[in-house]
Amino acid sequence: MSMTGRVHSFQSLGTLDGPGVRFVVFMQGCNLRCGCCHNPDTWDCGGTEYTPEDVLKRAVRFREYFGAAGGITVSGGEPLLQAEFVTELFRLCHGAGINTCLDTSGSIMNDNVRALLAETDRVLLDIKYTNDADYRRYVGCGMAAPMAFLDYLDAQRLPVTLRQVIIPTLNDSRENVLALREIAAAHPCVDKVELLPFRKLCQVKYDQMSIPFAFGHLPEPTKEQMEQLNQLLTHQEE
Amino acid sequence: MDFKQWNGFTAGAWQNEINVRDFIQRNYTEYTGDAAFLAGATPRTQALMDRLQGMFKLERQFGGVLDIDTATVSSLTSFSPGYLDKENELIVGLQTNRPLKRGVNPFGGMRMVRQACEAYGYKLSRKVEEEFRFRTTHNDGVFRAYTEEMRAARKCHVITGLPDAYGRGRIIGDYRRVALYGVDKLIEEKKKDKASLSSGAFDTEHIRLDEELYQQIAFLGYLKEMAAMYGYDISQPATTAREAIQWTYFAYLGAIKEQNGAAMSLGRVSTFFDIYIERDLRNGTLTEEGAQELMDDFVMKLRMARHLRTPEYNELFGGDPMWITEAVGGMGEDGRTLVTKSSYRVLNTLYTLGSSPEPNLTVLWSTALPESFKKFCAKVSADTDSIQYENDDLMRPIYGDDYAIACCVSAMKVGKQMQFFGARCNLAKLLLIAINGGYDHTSGMHIGPQMPVLEGDTLSFDAVMERFDMYIAWLAHLYVNTMNIIHYMHDKYAYEKIQMALHDTDVHRFMAFGIAGLSVVADSLSAIKYASVRPVKGADGFITDFETVGDFPKYGNDDDRVDSIAKDMTHRVITELRKTPTYRHAEHTLSVLTITSNVAYGKHTGATPDGRKASAPFAPGANPMHNREENGALAALNSVAKLDYNDCRDGISNTFSITPQALGRSEEERIGNMMTILDGYFAKGAHHINVNVMNRETLLKAYENPEDYPNLTIRVSGYAVNFNKLSREQQREVISRTFHECV
Repeated sequence: MSMTGRVHSFQSLGTLDGPGVRFVVFMQGCNLRCGCCHNPDTWDCGGTEYTPEDVLKRAVRFREYFGAAGGITVSGGEPLLQAEFVTELFRLCHGAGINTCLDTSGSIMNDNVRALLAETDRVLLDIKYTNDADYRRYVGCGMAAPMAFLDYLDAQRLPVTLRQVIIPTLNDSRENVLALREIAAAHPCVDKVELLPFRKLCQVKYDQMSIPFAFGHLPEPTKEQMEQLNQLLTHQEE
Repeated sequence: MDFKQWNGFTAGAWQNEINVRDFIQRNYTEYTGDAAFLAGATPRTQALMDRLQGMFKLERQFGGVLDIDTATVSSLTSFSPGYLDKENELIVGLQTNRPLKRGVNPFGGMRMVRQACEAYGYKLSRKVEEEFRFRTTHNDGVFRAYTEEMRAARKCHVITGLPDAYGRGRIIGDYRRVALYGVDKLIEEKKKDKASLSSGAFDTEHIRLDEELYQQIAFLGYLKEMAAMYGYDISQPATTAREAIQWTYFAYLGAIKEQNGAAMSLGRVSTFFDIYIERDLRNGTLTEEGAQELMDDFVMKLRMARHLRTPEYNELFGGDPMWITEAVGGMGEDGRTLVTKSSYRVLNTLYTLGSSPEPNLTVLWSTALPESFKKFCAKVSADTDSIQYENDDLMRPIYGDDYAIACCVSAMKVGKQMQFFGARCNLAKLLLIAINGGYDHTSGMHIGPQMPVLEGDTLSFDAVMERFDMYIAWLAHLYVNTMNIIHYMHDKYAYEKIQMALHDTDVHRFMAFGIAGLSVVADSLSAIKYASVRPVKGADGFITDFETVGDFPKYGNDDDRVDSIAKDMTHRVITELRKTPTYRHAEHTLSVLTITSNVAYGKHTGATPDGRKASAPFAPGANPMHNREENGALAALNSVAKLDYNDCRDGISNTFSITPQALGRSEEERIGNMMTILDGYFAKGAHHINVNVMNRETLLKAYENPEDYPNLTIRVSGYAVNFNKLSREQQREVISRTFHECV
């Protein structure tokens, strides 16, 4: 019996999820319910079933565009929920010479996940907040899980991009960004930190699904604010 | 032969025959470095450009046409010299005696000239009316020979935009020959060709060529006179870079004074100029700043070129374009790149003079181009939305390494090949006519083979295809014959004397046909095949609408089920076209290109089975229909890349709009990603792409407040336009197109 995975959708031109030009697979199903989530339509267990071979066939059609840096990114939803499927997909990708990138919250760790990470070239790890209380309040899990995940990546020396969505009033403080910087500094596997501005374009999706957008009332960060916070990441503190 | 003007050049076959390619190959200096060497605009250039911007503004305020000389027929020597700023300009020559003033050119047709004058508040002078009273124009000739069926096909818009009322264009003279050899040498060679005709059988073709050579020689003489009016003797080769550019420009100017062709493309001049610039730099007689000034002045002149058009013409080809297409870059057959510092200099004019639709800068892209040049192009695209890309790796094996692009996407060897331009037929309308058994509901006309309306509660794919094939065969035959008449008459009454004088006498001819509505047809046939399409009949018993139930694959999603239909369509059409012989044994070619006429074609086409409403615009060129892409930008590119260039040798146009945010976070990322996207798309065998990097909001703002965006340039289908010069309808259509956004 061939394995299948539940896929929400494909994006043939991904330039924001990993290095270079990437084919992005959005997996269906998520164990978290983040208030800032951009893809509430990936939460439930629906989706379309594909075999890893099906997905590879699609990805291969875009290989010419990948250049030296690009490849495939599996995002979601939470890809770790379907770790076996993604492992097989990544194994096939490697066979075809395609670079693999995993976009995850890092909230699950088990043997299947470890097997997946062995086939992963880079992890985009979403560190949503820098303290346990916020994690528990706004994400629905403790901070220990993603931190343990990051420790594991470090032990495996897997290249990691840390990402955080900056949500005004919740995690847009100087202290928060400096704390994120600390986390990155403590893990040599992290070679890049990206701050992503919170966006409310997804409000339509929530409306269509008739569910509340938990952070719909919060403002989007300004360009200037993002620039200031980004500077904290790169500039030496006195 | 030898000229003192050639001192310092490497000798070769080019000295013994007219062979510009050989001259370039032996003398150019490839450049693989970056853009750091470029100079900016000098105060002189800036002042000239400010003056010109003022004139452009005035032209806009005057409703698009600054002035018309209604009493002087445009030709090489009919206007006294005109200047932008006589004391300060480095390259001289205008079409008329004043900047932006338009002449009248009735050789293509009187009606168009009269209507154009009237549209802008002028009246064609009695003098010109008298001069042409007993003259046959191209337009007169065509309508003498058109059959009833041809007139009907034209009237119901199943074939539209035919060059039967104005100059056909799409011919590129090898303007460089004037600079390299001087006019006297060119005359001498043409005289030899004419003399060689003195034996043999004097049949129609022989006599026609004999007379054409006479005309070519005469007009080369007028070209010398024209230059002499500006104080230049161009009988001899150019000595300096400034002269090389001036001589070349005079040749081009002669062409646009003589002809008001639809597309008056320039060719491939920048690397040719580079040889002269390099020589002057070596000799210490020119600086980088000076080199850029020469390029700037030349480009400024090109930006001033104008033809007089009717509002109806603008409905099809919006934005007052001339398609002064310059092919930049590419690779040589020996593996060296043809990129030179002057490839950079000509693109740099988009910074020194600001972004602009003309000249139509076309980068011949090869995956082997130097990385730094690719990077520079991507940056210029992102900054200016003013350049297009065509696949050199696809064209070079066919046309060699000295071809250029006429109009938008039509490749031809410079000075060795030309084409008979043929606009396009409306394939979506033809599908509806076929289903209705030879009735066009939009015009209420019966046309083509007459048979019953297709029967059945739902449309059967096989039955529709069988019908469609019959009508494609009918239209193809009619289309070729119509073109044969047009080009016979154009040769007879409005022959391009200067442009053909700058071709080899033994020239290869293409006859370029075109199709519009490819994506509408592909999606409609896909709907018929994969969903359930129920025809809805009107009171008159003809099908006027369709109810489509169920999902179907849509072109633009990299789905072979429908992409293969699109590909197959182009194959069927060209195969049918080839069955009817052409005038002068021209080679049949096909384009998938609409310019802005996709709006007009849509307007004249009823509802289609893909769900498109009656009168709604088509997608431009080979683009997927707006907002039907579900898998992102690259899937859409892959669909277009599947169309076979061997079936569409006149080009496959694709216009790609993407927001900066969707290309990457930093400018560096965006440029890098654009480079790999272009590499990937062309590695897939695609032919052409226009790139716009912009937000829809910018266009919406420009739509609401045009005065705030006087220079907003946008690539449409194979060319670029000033957004403000489009009609409101065309603007809305451009805004409604797919913009690939962030996920």
